[in-house]
Amino acid sequence: MARFHTLYTSIVVQGPLEYALPTDDEKPKRYGRPFHSRLLGRIGETQVGPTALGFTGIASLVCGFIAIEIIGLNMWASVDWNPIRFIKMLPFLSLDPPPAKYGLSIMPPLREGGWWLMAGFFLTAAILLWWLRMYRRAIALGMGTHVAWAFASAIWLYLVLGFFRPILMGSWSEAVPFGIISHLNWTATFSLRYGNIFYDPFHMLSIVFLYGSTLLFAMHAATILAVAKFGGERETHEIADRGTAMERAALFWRWTMGFNANFESIHRWTYWFAVLTPLCGGIGILITGTLVDNWYLWGVKHGIAPMYHPLPGLPLSPPAGSGKLPSLGAP
Amino acid sequence: MAMLSYERKYRVLGGTLVGGSTFDFWLGPFYVGFFGVTTAIFASVGTALIVYGAAIGPTWALFRISIDPPPLHYGLHFAPLRDGGLWQLITICAIGAFCSWALRQVEIARKLGMGLHVPIAFSAAIFAYLALVVIRPVLLGAWGYGFPYGIMSHLDWVSNVGYQYLHFHYNPAHMLAVTFFFTTTFALALHGGEILAAANPGRGKALKYGGHESVYFRDTILYSIGELGIHRLGLFLAINAGVWSAVCMIISGPFWTRGWPYWWSWWLRLPIWSPHGFNLN
Repeated sequence: MARFHTLYTSIVVQGPLEYALPTDDEKPKRYGRPFHSRLLGRIGETQVGPTALGFTGIASLVCGFIAIEIIGLNMWASVDWNPIRFIKMLPFLSLDPPPAKYGLSIMPPLREGGWWLMAGFFLTAAILLWWLRMYRRAIALGMGTHVAWAFASAIWLYLVLGFFRPILMGSWSEAVPFGIISHLNWTATFSLRYGNIFYDPFHMLSIVFLYGSTLLFAMHAATILAVAKFGGERETHEIADRGTAMERAALFWRWTMGFNANFESIHRWTYWFAVLTPLCGGIGILITGTLVDNWYLWGVKHGIAPMYHPLPGLPLSPPAGSGKLPSLGAP
Repeated sequence: MAMLSYERKYRVLGGTLVGGSTFDFWLGPFYVGFFGVTTAIFASVGTALIVYGAAIGPTWALFRISIDPPPLHYGLHFAPLRDGGLWQLITICAIGAFCSWALRQVEIARKLGMGLHVPIAFSAAIFAYLALVVIRPVLLGAWGYGFPYGIMSHLDWVSNVGYQYLHFHYNPAHMLAVTFFFTTTFALALHGGEILAAANPGRGKALKYGGHESVYFRDTILYSIGELGIHRLGLFLAINAGVWSAVCMIISGPFWTRGWPYWWSWWLRLPIWSPHGFNLN
């Protein structure tokens, strides 16, 4: 390991290109001639490539390419194949799921969601194959598979949005369209239709973990950069053999807030905050419309939201079984 | 004593910004310092005011307690205590506590011979808070534009302010902020997972180091940013999430008063869309 060092200096260091590791358990075939990039070297490592593609990598790229082609060509067709209109309208173009009347049919007409189903199939295949690749590369290098399982958490949210929840609701029309503005519209409409997703406790948790992840990464990254002059960025070295960088980083937080992680446990904190973001988000989406119809009324029933006076002409009846109405709490 | 085995040799005098060695001591695991004292004063007064506000308010239900800013007609003046004055005092205490906390981090970093990256990063979060309760209200001319301090009430405020601009997802700075939040969390999952994977390779396997970490990401995504680079990238992403959140609120109202979807009409009106030879209607 002595040959691997990050030099903390403003000079971009270009060592000899590394093709592979001398590991015992694999004879990998890697593609691409690695090269140095001075531009990337101003932030991180200079070396780009080589990469291990293998069957799962190639199959994933092919499936992803097909999915993007289906989406892009449908969008282009929707503006009569006019190239300028395509660019002009690109943010607003959309490939939508089938209308509700087709339910869970897997063979709706192509122009009415059939292409959407096909794009979704290939995109899902690409993502699952990529997961397999992340998992298998970790095994091949003799490492833990933590990255792949974090990726699985994101895939869970993706599958809830486009697969599990539509099946529970009995219609593909519940799924998210492919499109820049259209998926934002879907998100806003989803929240409005179910009485404001902010009252969904799993949405609350997901946001807490999203903001918490950002807070933790700011704290962690800033701490490591602040002790980089002591070699603190070589984190696994510091886990195995604690040096002054780890000691100062730990004491910084102990003196600041009375508590500190160490160089391994901080990565457990960050890992679980990041993993729980889509995990909780997926649960929050899955139970919306299936278990809970209106999150605001759910909040009133459980005493976390005040019951507002009904608007004239809009009778607002309390949810069944809510018993005694909480008093109007909002000042 | 709440001291770690290696802690004693680091507990030395010096590095303070204010107060010399007067406050240069520890209380249990906590470093005190001048700014520790001011943090404690601001935080306890602010917390006491919140509890007092809850006590004179209509409910003790935790999720429905809310300390509201003054009604708009008070403008930028002080309001009576029960009519938003509490909110103003709590805001002053919060700003005092946050800034004291950041300066305390500066003193601790100096004492430990570290860089000032943490307090600088924290400043971005303080800026985002100031944008919501000081900068935007001042630009709009009333403290009433600040957000209420309550678990559900601040969520209602976010909803209501968002819908005042019809559809807040169309706010370009909001788009950037959300993208930075998601990207930060994504990068954090990759980094945390990778370090855990190197440090926990499984029973009977050798611990892995930076060399393996780089090969893993080169193998899977062609490029590994490296051990130092990932922390530079992470700090950049996280700070940008906070800064663009602040920007997306400061521009909503003071610099753009219509629905955010209308903002995008500049794109549809670009002159490049009507060259000769294309019938675009």
